[in-house]
Amino acid sequence: MEKIYLIIALSPLVGALVAGLFGKQIGRVGAHWVTNIGVGISFILSVYAFYMHVWGGLPTYDATVYTWAATDAFHFDVGFMVDRLTVLMMVVVTSVSLMVHIYTIGYMADDPGYQRFFSYISLFTFSMLMLVMANNLLQLFFGWEAVGLVSYLLIGFWYKKESAIFANLKAFILNRVGDFGFLLGIAAILMYTNTLDYATFFERLPALASVKVEYWPGVEWSLPTVIAILLFIGAMGKSAQVPLHVWLPDSMEGPTPISALIHAATMVTAGIFMVARFSPLFELSDAALSFIMVIGAITALFMGLLGIVQNDIKRVIAYSTLSQLGYMTVALGASAYSAAIFHLMTHAFFKALLFLAAGSVIIAMHHEQDIRKMGGLWKYMPVTFITFLIDSIILAVQASQLPGATFAYWAVLLGVFVTAFYTFRMFFLVFFGKERMDAHTRSHLHESPKVVTVPLILLSIPALLVGFFAIDPLLFSGFFEQAIVVMPGHDAMANLHEHYHGALAMMEHSLSSSVFWLAIAGVALSAVMYLIMPGLLPAMFAKVFAWPKRILDGAYGFDDFNNAVFGGGSRLLGRGFWRIGDVRLIDGLMVNGTADIIGATAMQWRKLQTGYLYHYAFVMILGLIGLMTWIVFLR
Amino acid sequence: MISLSQFLVFGAILFSISVAGIFLNRKNVLVLLMAIELMLLAVNVNFIAFSHFLGNINGQVFVFFVLTVAAAEAAIGLAILVTLFRNRRTINVEDLTEMKG
Amino acid sequence: MTLYQFLFYVFASSAVISAIRVVTVKNPVHAALFLVLTFFTTSLTWILMEAEFLGIVLLLVYVGAVMVLFLFVVMMLDINLAPLREGFVRNLPVGVFVALVMVIELGLIVGSHAFGLANYPAPTAAAAGTSNTLALGSVLYTEYVYPFEIAAFILLVSIVSAIALAHRKREGVLYQNIDQQVKVNRDDRIRMVKMVSSTPVVSETGDGKSNSSGEKRRD
Repeated sequence: MEKIYLIIALSPLVGALVAGLFGKQIGRVGAHWVTNIGVGISFILSVYAFYMHVWGGLPTYDATVYTWAATDAFHFDVGFMVDRLTVLMMVVVTSVSLMVHIYTIGYMADDPGYQRFFSYISLFTFSMLMLVMANNLLQLFFGWEAVGLVSYLLIGFWYKKESAIFANLKAFILNRVGDFGFLLGIAAILMYTNTLDYATFFERLPALASVKVEYWPGVEWSLPTVIAILLFIGAMGKSAQVPLHVWLPDSMEGPTPISALIHAATMVTAGIFMVARFSPLFELSDAALSFIMVIGAITALFMGLLGIVQNDIKRVIAYSTLSQLGYMTVALGASAYSAAIFHLMTHAFFKALLFLAAGSVIIAMHHEQDIRKMGGLWKYMPVTFITFLIDSIILAVQASQLPGATFAYWAVLLGVFVTAFYTFRMFFLVFFGKERMDAHTRSHLHESPKVVTVPLILLSIPALLVGFFAIDPLLFSGFFEQAIVVMPGHDAMANLHEHYHGALAMMEHSLSSSVFWLAIAGVALSAVMYLIMPGLLPAMFAKVFAWPKRILDGAYGFDDFNNAVFGGGSRLLGRGFWRIGDVRLIDGLMVNGTADIIGATAMQWRKLQTGYLYHYAFVMILGLIGLMTWIVFLR
Repeated sequence: MISLSQFLVFGAILFSISVAGIFLNRKNVLVLLMAIELMLLAVNVNFIAFSHFLGNINGQVFVFFVLTVAAAEAAIGLAILVTLFRNRRTINVEDLTEMKG
Repeated sequence: MTLYQFLFYVFASSAVISAIRVVTVKNPVHAALFLVLTFFTTSLTWILMEAEFLGIVLLLVYVGAVMVLFLFVVMMLDINLAPLREGFVRNLPVGVFVALVMVIELGLIVGSHAFGLANYPAPTAAAAGTSNTLALGSVLYTEYVYPFEIAAFILLVSIVSAIALAHRKREGVLYQNIDQQVKVNRDDRIRMVKMVSSTPVVSETGDGKSNSSGEKRRD
């Protein structure tokens, strides 16, 4: 199996290297074939690994493949830890990635950076696999940073667009903030347990449970809480939780396949995966779990609200992603790790599908992303329309199926309504109603090519079905075995299990629950507003809720706040350092000051240098006489 | 017999004379060079006296090296002097104030 | 007073007197000659101290070479002596005072209370046939071989630098450039000219024509 795992991880890398370094030689066709084959191999083997682990009864694999560096106390390894959590993630990553690869052939057909793009997404697949397959924190961090790097490269893929450059810088910098916490967490783990390996770390974990650390005199914190929160700060950056979420909507500047693959399906869920992977640690700290849940609830509700007012089709989906990530985080906070992973998986499929479908619409509209200018598209794009419809329904239903956590219950509940509302608002606006595009665009409207629609169809199948089939084993049948640890007191899933009698029954039950009706209400409201009375109601609502809408339009002012406080603050600080530190202290005092002092002193001392030989001789002889006098009389 | 201190005083007198010479002939580079040669000679007297009275040949070796360096110094000094005179038509120290700060 | 003491006082006093003359005479030529005398008498005191080799070396090297060099320079340079003597009388008291202070202080240091016969008894005279040169050489070429080589190098450098300093390129003197002579090759010196073998046409413009045709053929 070890060889198979290696091939899974490395074949996308080979594809990326070939397409990236020899892109000119192998041409466009060569580039997409080599990367598609690389990812395809990876996907097939991942499915095989999944099968072997779930039905083949393969035990958890945990071994070092390569030792990178070793010192006396610890060593830095590259190794794989493959258990059921990992194989699930592997299948999700490789399947979505494969679909996106195929889709990209059509989407990027006219782009001059074709080979580069394929190289990047294959590289991303490699990095993401390294992340999920890691058996130690160092490799996890490598994958973590590598996906961040590729994300940076891809958001700025159209590097001549100024907004893309700003967006990728923003993503990179905000991720640095999160990574700082993450790195501190890793450092703390290394410091207290002397290991980076997952398995060893989990073994030594119970010893840490009662350790207290004191950073300020009088304030004692339990060590697991500190580490857990530090790690979660990393997850907040990567998985775009409030307040580090602002980069995700802007990341939509990248090409749409990227939005699907990286900023919806896989990379942003790395944080969720990481927390699930470290469930034994997080279980030790109630405080950290509460923190996670609050953050998640805030993200889920308020980012969903923002989705209502967006007009860019991709931004709507981006805010939806944020809100869904919030749900996952809430689930993590409630110790429902398996629920979070379940949602992660289904979300990966349906959100990738949503994005790809949106991309299909965008191609058809000649890269017009404003949903107010669309409408009536269903006539022209039947396949896209259907997949989009399926997807929207799934999203709404998914939202309703989420186990209501005890905490943040209301926020999540309200979020369901909001989710249903904005999703269908977008749907109705795009596909129904009047045709609002101009005549030129309309004459060119047509269904996207096969290479675009086939992945859509392929993805819609798992998006539709995976939730239904996976919910039972994943959530309640102990699918993850020992990969995820839940303390007895935290077991939200067990509570849920008591009310669970099979998938169909759950759907039936949910029909009568408030959650479902809230979702229906959201759909209905959006139908009324945008389908039945599109000219009247939205404008009216905008007028009535003018003040909240302004807040929403400004995205709660996070960007303004960041610009003013952090941006402005660092500019102010920088200017202060420049004025005082650089100009005054370094230039003024240390550089010029030294020179001035030396110059002034030298101006006095030079008077001693008369240039007359006998003066020098005289001084020498005086010194000689002084020396002799000292020897004779004073010694 | 002649004591060590008599030899040393002899050297000291030679040395003092050359110091006085530097003061008296402070303008004539040529005589300054001669005074320096005289100083080195006085020092050599000391070395040889100590070598003789201590029965240690190393002092004489040192004198040997001092003579070598003094010869080199005289040769270069005179060469500089010649060049100087060729350029300035004078060897007056008062005219040589390039080093003035 | 033994002969040894007598000789020492004669040599030492004449050395001191001639040294005084060195720094006081007007004429640099005389000064150089007095310096020769100082060296000479001093070398004799060295021989009294059984440093025969160095005494001879001082005579040969200093009196024979260095002082001759001094004389050469003094005589070669056309020096106006008058301004050089300025301030001699004015500086005399200072010079004498400094010299006296030094003599007194040095005397206090090296006086007989410290280095007298009581502390340092006179060594017994070396046996006849003892070679100072042998003793010096056996140390110089073994223990001090590196310093010796460095000293040789210093002398070499001083020769080179003295020549480089005093050497003067004269205008208008012809001399060989051997480098260029060796490097020269055939094409620099000769040019093959093919001439038409037929008899040149004799006419008014004949010369010009035959020349130009010759030029063309050469090309």
